[in-house]
Amino acid sequence: MRDTTTYGTADARWALEARGLGKRYRRRWALKDCTFRVPAGRIAALVGPNGAGKSTLLNLATRLAEPSAGELRIFGAPADAPGTMGRWAYLGQDKPLFKRFTVEQTLRMGRELNPGWDQRAAERIVRSGQVPLDARVETLSGGQRTRLAFALAFGKRPELLLLDEPMADLDPVARDEIGSLLLSEAAEHGTTVLMSSHLLSEIEDMCDYLVVLAEGRVRMAGEADELVPMHTLVTGVTEEDALPAALNAHTVIEVRTSGRHFTALVRRQGPLQGPWQLTEPGMEEVLLAYLRSPGAPALLSPTAVPGHREESAA
Amino acid sequence: MVVFRIERRSGMPAYLQIVHQVEQALRMGALAEGDKLPTAAQVAATTKVNPNTTLKAYRELERLELVEVRQGSGTFITRSLATPQTAPESPLRGRLGEWMREAREQGMTADDVTTLFDTVLGEAYPGIAPRPAHVPAN
Repeated sequence: MRDTTTYGTADARWALEARGLGKRYRRRWALKDCTFRVPAGRIAALVGPNGAGKSTLLNLATRLAEPSAGELRIFGAPADAPGTMGRWAYLGQDKPLFKRFTVEQTLRMGRELNPGWDQRAAERIVRSGQVPLDARVETLSGGQRTRLAFALAFGKRPELLLLDEPMADLDPVARDEIGSLLLSEAAEHGTTVLMSSHLLSEIEDMCDYLVVLAEGRVRMAGEADELVPMHTLVTGVTEEDALPAALNAHTVIEVRTSGRHFTALVRRQGPLQGPWQLTEPGMEEVLLAYLRSPGAPALLSPTAVPGHREESAA
Repeated sequence: MVVFRIERRSGMPAYLQIVHQVEQALRMGALAEGDKLPTAAQVAATTKVNPNTTLKAYRELERLELVEVRQGSGTFITRSLATPQTAPESPLRGRLGEWMREAREQGMTADDVTTLFDTVLGEAYPGIAPRPAHVPAN
């Protein structure tokens, strides 16, 4: 590292950049050898089964935990550098709020605690959901509570918003409303978003960048637009109870057979030729295949690979 | 202001749907030169579309020289695709309207009409690809 004291020259094009990042709890590695990055301005999804390391990663970014290996940078500066904390906001899955506070008191708390607080933005978010300012938090519906938590998060004017399962406990109407709110506020302020979620259809609608974790490792990272079209769903007939040898030239992520019939999700390594039926999978199908096959080779698009950039000549 | 409608299961990328809807609105005269397109934040608020998707669509429209992105003020329509023939009062449109009413009176369904229309369209404009009902060209 040439430059460890001033971060004014740090590369702010990457909201999040992990190199060899790992976290060990006693003997178990919750996160191991994670290398990826998320460009600024994206709405990124953090996807993986329970226990894949999603929360660990969010904990490392928010300094609720210290890495056991590697490094994590936020807008080019180390996660533990002074000043980095002011650049992100984090909303945990349980959306902790003081139950006895009113909405107005909650916003006041945000104002008193955050130097760059944007009261107008916070109030707009609360008001557009018809949340009464004098209502106590404990009387609010799940959707209203989430809205208030978002108002706190966006009121901080973060450059990076980290969300742990933001929609998990919402009914469909509230989910749609909060999803629109998140996207429009992020667009308004150019906020980078990294949200963990199990709702694959939600991710398909909202996110343009993917970070897929399984068993503590990165399985896939990059632009959704680039990653998804690299895959093809192949349906055909097995040869002697095995996949046709011609498919071996490609990376087979997942195979399902029923009788002599097989369906395989493959990453093409050239033209696919054979007596098969080919279909283009959607993002949800690709994500599911990777989640079910943690042993499949990892896939990172060039933007997701740290160091894959033109280093400045300084 | 135009409100985009994104068909999630159509198989067509969302940004292309926005491009097509703007083109359609231009042909129908619903959008004209100088009109401002909604910002990415407005589109997200009404339709839950990823802002980068909207920006990608606007870049594509800019490439097609249909809009101009003015830094700080928004995205504006620079030319119209409407022809006199597509206006509500045009004779061609009037005759097509009459034809449609006649088809319906004779008991044709919307699907029958669409099929017949596509066939005749193909005869009149040889070489055009079938209309992209659900599947993108690429």
